[in-house]
Amino acid sequence: MQGDSERDVRDHVEAIYRSDSRRVLATLIRLLGDFDLAEEALHDAFAAALESWPENGLPANPRTWLISTGRFKAIDRLRRTERFDSANANVLDRLAQTNAPEVEEGVEDDRLRLIFTCCHPALSPDAQIALTLREVCGLTTEEVARSFLTPAPTLAQRIVRAKAKIRDAGIPYEIPSLPDLPARLDSVLHVIYLVFNEGYLASSGASLTREDLSAEAIRLGRLLVELLPEPEAIGLLALMLLHEARRPARASPEGELILLEEQDRSLWNREQIKEGVSLVERALSSRRIGPYSLQAAIAAVHAEARDATSTDWGQIVGLYNVLLQADPSPVIALNRAAAVAMRDGPEEGLKMIDAITAQGELDNYYLTHAARGDLYKRLGRTAEAVAAYRRTLELVTQEPERRFVIRRLKELSDAEL
Amino acid sequence: MKYLCLIYDDEQQWLKKPREETGKMSADYMTYTEGIRKSGHYLGGNALQPTHTATTVRSRGGKVSTTDGPFAETKEQLGGYYLIEAKDLNEAIQVASRIPGARSGSVEVRPVQEFTS
Repeated sequence: MQGDSERDVRDHVEAIYRSDSRRVLATLIRLLGDFDLAEEALHDAFAAALESWPENGLPANPRTWLISTGRFKAIDRLRRTERFDSANANVLDRLAQTNAPEVEEGVEDDRLRLIFTCCHPALSPDAQIALTLREVCGLTTEEVARSFLTPAPTLAQRIVRAKAKIRDAGIPYEIPSLPDLPARLDSVLHVIYLVFNEGYLASSGASLTREDLSAEAIRLGRLLVELLPEPEAIGLLALMLLHEARRPARASPEGELILLEEQDRSLWNREQIKEGVSLVERALSSRRIGPYSLQAAIAAVHAEARDATSTDWGQIVGLYNVLLQADPSPVIALNRAAAVAMRDGPEEGLKMIDAITAQGELDNYYLTHAARGDLYKRLGRTAEAVAAYRRTLELVTQEPERRFVIRRLKELSDAEL
Repeated sequence: MKYLCLIYDDEQQWLKKPREETGKMSADYMTYTEGIRKSGHYLGGNALQPTHTATTVRSRGGKVSTTDGPFAETKEQLGGYYLIEAKDLNEAIQVASRIPGARSGSVEVRPVQEFTS
């Protein structure tokens, strides 16, 4: 009996660790004003729970118990520190002044504080990503390192430096004030999107995708929408879900890349599409429509089409026109050219791509030449298609995409015979 | 916290500018300085003479050497600084972003190390 209940409590502690440890950490960082101290306090608090709960039973509010225990453990730890320096004294002073009700106040905001602090633009983009996955998502340093194919010591060093900058440069643990919010939210959304893309398009390496990173990004996106339902946060979540829905159809069992138009759409995840589409509608119903919402809207048009030919290309071109105004980047112009080619024929698309490269943009971007190769192929201009795919092959870095281009080249040379 | 805001700009560009434009810049700096004095952020600040007036000094094993010019040739040069008091980096960034030189050049914001013991 005793053994069983002890195991029950242990399971409880583990479940609470999974569901609440990040919230507890977020609050402890606010109370202690230091990431490292808060992490130690978090571990101390859970260790104390494993000791105390089997004997005394689960507390009425485990999270509050963990926060206040962590706080006391931190005070103990600071008092025990031999080199009792004045920085510690400051923390102790502050801790002595905060009482229990204050601990409770703004606990929900602590997770947002943590997100905004980890994604502070004064930190390097690499550091923002590493810190967010480590502190907000609770991945271990080794897991983050593996996801980004970075040696663990390098990544650990990156996190240590980022924490040192937060502490020494005085990056505050707060939700940005209203005038700063749009720019700061952009930087959070950018971090989430980079994590998602690393999982979806794996910038290098042998495999096409790294699913767990995308899942982590979607989890983060959900959390952000829950805490701060801004239209672009909703748009980004929609965009990620609509792309994620295509994952089962994006690669063959052998790991070969399958283009959107050739994907078996019955494999698409309907559940995710349904959620994504309704989020797009929610994002677009606001009056502030941004680039993520527009890209999500484009993805939603694809998601709702039975196949590539019955896709509403007119609507997609229209959305790209608006997107290009919101974010005038050559990559978006290239995507628009591909959509125009589908609506008006390959010649029109080629003209637009030529116009982009004539401006000195994207000539060293592999997808420019892949798009050209595809359009020439459609027109039956095989020699030009081969030349374009050869150029693509020189520029492509990702292994499955390289194999795709080689397959295309082989198809073209077979066709010529 | 105290932050040092180091103002970098292409001084050749500035030396070439017509008098009325540099005059406008000086007026902007005066207004700005007055503003951060009033808001309590200002602790100090100066404009520097151009880098051709700079001398770099090193002491190695008791031997002092001096060389003409700034310690490193860069595209933008240190042209002035403010020492400010700010609650945290966010406030320091706010104050620094309004420095007139931030519009054409760059401002490096560095927390001042404070020795308490």
